[in-house]
Amino acid sequence: MLERNIFAGFGGQGVLLMGQLLAYAAMIEDKQVAWLPSYGPEIRGGTANCSVTISDQQIASPIVDYPNSIIVMNRPSLDKFEPQLIKGGKLFVNSSIIDRKAIRDDIEVYYVPCNELAMELGDARVANIVMLGAYLAATHCVSKESLMDALLHKLGERKAHLLPINQEAFEKGAAIVKQGK
Amino acid sequence: MARQLLKGCEAIAEAAIRGGCRYFFGYPITPQNDIPEYMSARLPQVGGVFLQAESEVAASNMVYGAAGAGARAMTSSSSPGISLKQEALSYIAGAELPCVVVNMMRGGPGLGGIQASQGDYFQSTKGGGHGDYHMIVFAPDTVQESVDIMYDAFDIADKYRNTVMLLADGLIGQMMEPVTLPEFKSDAQIQTAKPWAATGWHEGCGRPRAIVNSLHITDEDLEALHERLQATYRQIEANEVRVELFNTENAEIVIAAYGTISRVCRSAINELAKQGVKVGLIRPITLWPFPSQAIAQVAAEQSVKKFLTVEISAGQMVEDVRLAVNGKKPVEFFGYPGSRIATVDEIVAKVLEMKEG
Repeated sequence: MLERNIFAGFGGQGVLLMGQLLAYAAMIEDKQVAWLPSYGPEIRGGTANCSVTISDQQIASPIVDYPNSIIVMNRPSLDKFEPQLIKGGKLFVNSSIIDRKAIRDDIEVYYVPCNELAMELGDARVANIVMLGAYLAATHCVSKESLMDALLHKLGERKAHLLPINQEAFEKGAAIVKQGK
Repeated sequence: MARQLLKGCEAIAEAAIRGGCRYFFGYPITPQNDIPEYMSARLPQVGGVFLQAESEVAASNMVYGAAGAGARAMTSSSSPGISLKQEALSYIAGAELPCVVVNMMRGGPGLGGIQASQGDYFQSTKGGGHGDYHMIVFAPDTVQESVDIMYDAFDIADKYRNTVMLLADGLIGQMMEPVTLPEFKSDAQIQTAKPWAATGWHEGCGRPRAIVNSLHITDEDLEALHERLQATYRQIEANEVRVELFNTENAEIVIAAYGTISRVCRSAINELAKQGVKVGLIRPITLWPFPSQAIAQVAAEQSVKKFLTVEISAGQMVEDVRLAVNGKKPVEFFGYPGSRIATVDEIVAKVLEMKEG
């Protein structure tokens, strides 16, 4: 098993957190994992991205040149990363705010209206968790339980009351994939 | 103990504390700010001191002072900041004091950029400051290895009364990987006898005055200092060389690389293996002392036709590789200066081109 993912979007959409949750969940499952953020003057208000490599074996390069999956939360990220996806790879598009379809026809595309589904729950901030639900329903990269454990760890005691809304957000994203594209 | 998912910088800071660091003096610069940030919160919890100085020069001179008083003190910075710290690092060598320095390399020269680089190899391994001295330089390739090195860095510094530098590129500082943190070293382990430390002298205290000084104004004194330093360096060379060899047996081409780029090379080696091309990796973990003997041994292997050094620089370590190979086999270089990291594809292509040539 060797999964290479790129999460990308605006700073503030929680894309680094999405990657960290996946990385943490993978660690819980005793997998090898590396989380690599983009960092630089462009982050604030601009685009942010991180790559997450998950493997059963020691991870050689943590740098992702050819991702299996790409999760894009905004249009500039789709434009930038769509060409990098491997043939047959999975592309997850936040269709709430991305106004175009994927160009390539040699990949699997999942359109997930993350912001709308999050607003149905009354909190725009869980849009990233909606997307993680969709991502995991399609890739089964880690179990839902591991991801919830990761989320609980990240929320900590002080914010543990936010777990239920995040769980709902996760299920809404997963449902989009299970219903078919 | 359970694994934790930690950012390189934070893991290094925690490992330093568990290894006995109680004093941190620093000044902010990207991409290593997570180290002072972590230290500022964590050191007071263990009875330590975090101090943000007014400049890098001040911070490194505070390390000089604290080390002179026998404390386990460290500083961290990134390339331009490390240049500013060189004054104290040279004085620390001249005063034969132990300390630990982290350099999360970014692109240079000047203020350069903030992305990862390996442009400070020469600076780190050939002295850095003036005056014919050496630091012990470690170059980890993972967050876990950074932790393991940092945990023992103060012991090694104390043992030789020498600066230990952890030289990593910015990616290692920013990357998160699962790590197992070691237990705290006991007070007995970290409070080693330092009769040379200036801790306050009084009549009848049973030792001569400890004088911390890097001025050796007579020829005889300066020569004596260098004799002691050189004797220490020979001991360090005998005891502290660390190197990892991967797939070098029966390899046709051997890559030498350290830090993050060595991991990219490892991926390239795995790709080449699929194509039936046998490529090995020599990964120096200590850059000084340099694993010259290990490289010379590999160079003597009949199967090995060529060497390739890959760096995130215009080619610095390649000079030490050439000295170690000593003309036995050709040594080529691949890499980019600044912060552009050679890709797996590029390294594969370079190796295939060398194989043809």
